[in-house]
Amino acid sequence: MKFSLFSLLHQGLTGNQGWQPQWRDPAPKPAYDVIIVGAGGHGLATAYYLAKEHGIRNIAVLEKGWLGGGNTGRNTTIIRSNYLWEESEALYEHSVKLWETLSHELNYNVMYSPRGVMMLAHSVHDVQVTKRHIHANRLAGIDNEWLTPEQAQEFCPILNISRDIRYPILGAALQRRGGVARHDAVAWGYARGADRLGVDIIQNCEVTAIRRDASGRVTGVETSRGPIAARKIGVVAAGHTSVVMGMAGIRMPLESFPLQALVSEPVKPVMPCVVMSNTIHAYMSQSDKGELVIGAGTDQYTSYSQTGGLHISQHTLDAICELFPMTRRLRMLRNWGGIVDVTPDRSPILGQTPVPGLFVNCGWGTGGFKATPGSGHVFAATIARDEPHPIAAPFTLERFTTGRLIDEAAAAAVAH
Amino acid sequence: MLLIRCPYCGMDRPEIEFRHAGAAHITRPGPPDRVTDEEWAAFLYLRDNPKGRVAERWRHIHGCGRFFNAVRDTVTDVFVVTYKAGEPRPPESLAPEALTPEARP
Repeated sequence: MKFSLFSLLHQGLTGNQGWQPQWRDPAPKPAYDVIIVGAGGHGLATAYYLAKEHGIRNIAVLEKGWLGGGNTGRNTTIIRSNYLWEESEALYEHSVKLWETLSHELNYNVMYSPRGVMMLAHSVHDVQVTKRHIHANRLAGIDNEWLTPEQAQEFCPILNISRDIRYPILGAALQRRGGVARHDAVAWGYARGADRLGVDIIQNCEVTAIRRDASGRVTGVETSRGPIAARKIGVVAAGHTSVVMGMAGIRMPLESFPLQALVSEPVKPVMPCVVMSNTIHAYMSQSDKGELVIGAGTDQYTSYSQTGGLHISQHTLDAICELFPMTRRLRMLRNWGGIVDVTPDRSPILGQTPVPGLFVNCGWGTGGFKATPGSGHVFAATIARDEPHPIAAPFTLERFTTGRLIDEAAAAAVAH
Repeated sequence: MLLIRCPYCGMDRPEIEFRHAGAAHITRPGPPDRVTDEEWAAFLYLRDNPKGRVAERWRHIHGCGRFFNAVRDTVTDVFVVTYKAGEPRPPESLAPEALTPEARP
């Protein structure tokens, strides 16, 4: 069913009884052309673009839990493209451009809201680094501008720009085209779009082994729902990438850490934008429900526990209370953790692997949500053509051997 | 917050006294002029990142300041055992009295 004003009116007037499930729940077939491991935003987007732009429709997306139940449903939904290096700027800007038309593309409201992302500077070093980013972005044609503390407070009135706090605000970088989107809707929209193009989304189906022939090429996977054959496999398993790639004998340059987020009780609109502070480890925006959505840092140790230490959240709330004094009497409703796969250079890994037929899309670390459409788009092209998409080409696994790292650690040590 | 037993101080202390220092028992390859790019990449960047027991380095930075090693379960975050730097990784099955209280059966 296509969503439109007409369908909404029709359903509204007939008691909303005619809505159909938006994707099928198929049993796995014995064989597919392509298997995508992981039905998060990136995996579903990959399947969608493979079906839509490359004519490969015999695809299965295998998910060990439920669709969008990992980091897609756990992140703080920030979208921006103001990265430092040209390779990253191209990748994330490609994604922002897709965000701008995504709701129309999918006929599904992903609630993309370019309300502006403001990144705070608290020290002389911060000011210099932030201005360097702004200049690099402007050379690449990406909007990013410097604000004085007064201009920052004008843009976000609840911001505390007092000079006598522990980490006073000396200025901010503002990307006006940055913003947020509804994370669940992104997974659901891509799932619905892919399903309509014939993609089988198979939930509760955990991959337990990767099968290969005598030449080493992949021939399929073993799953909790039986063996499934395929000549191409794309692993998009976020925090569990090392586990899945280990099934093909590949060690990855990845470590998995818990990253936490939390939301407050819902309040009336107070926060018109996204504010991030990498220096004091806090970022905040307000959801359409009214909850203040707050992102904390990662724990220091690797873990698959999907929780995190309470002291990490407390550290973030200390910063939030100082930056936004009106939040001091707010109660936090929930906090949770997701497992993020972090690379040594804080840039993703996208492309082919030493195993023929096996592709990997991982290493998005603490900031993969913003890249969902672009990541799926270039990864689909890489799988379909058996060669890296030009935007994905710098992000191959080989860069850790050649030394051509894309060191975004300064841009995204904590918040991403 | 985790409670961690420093094998030098012999006490269970809160995690904020410690600094995690990455995977343990990684040997630097050498001599440098004979190490291939692949070997350097494996040493510098490739990690097992297991879902299960991992051997890792910790430093009691706000205590004795010394590095030590630990075996921890990355699913439950329970420390199985901590041991001094330079000692080999303990075997998978240890006597219950060698384990931390949380890891005892």
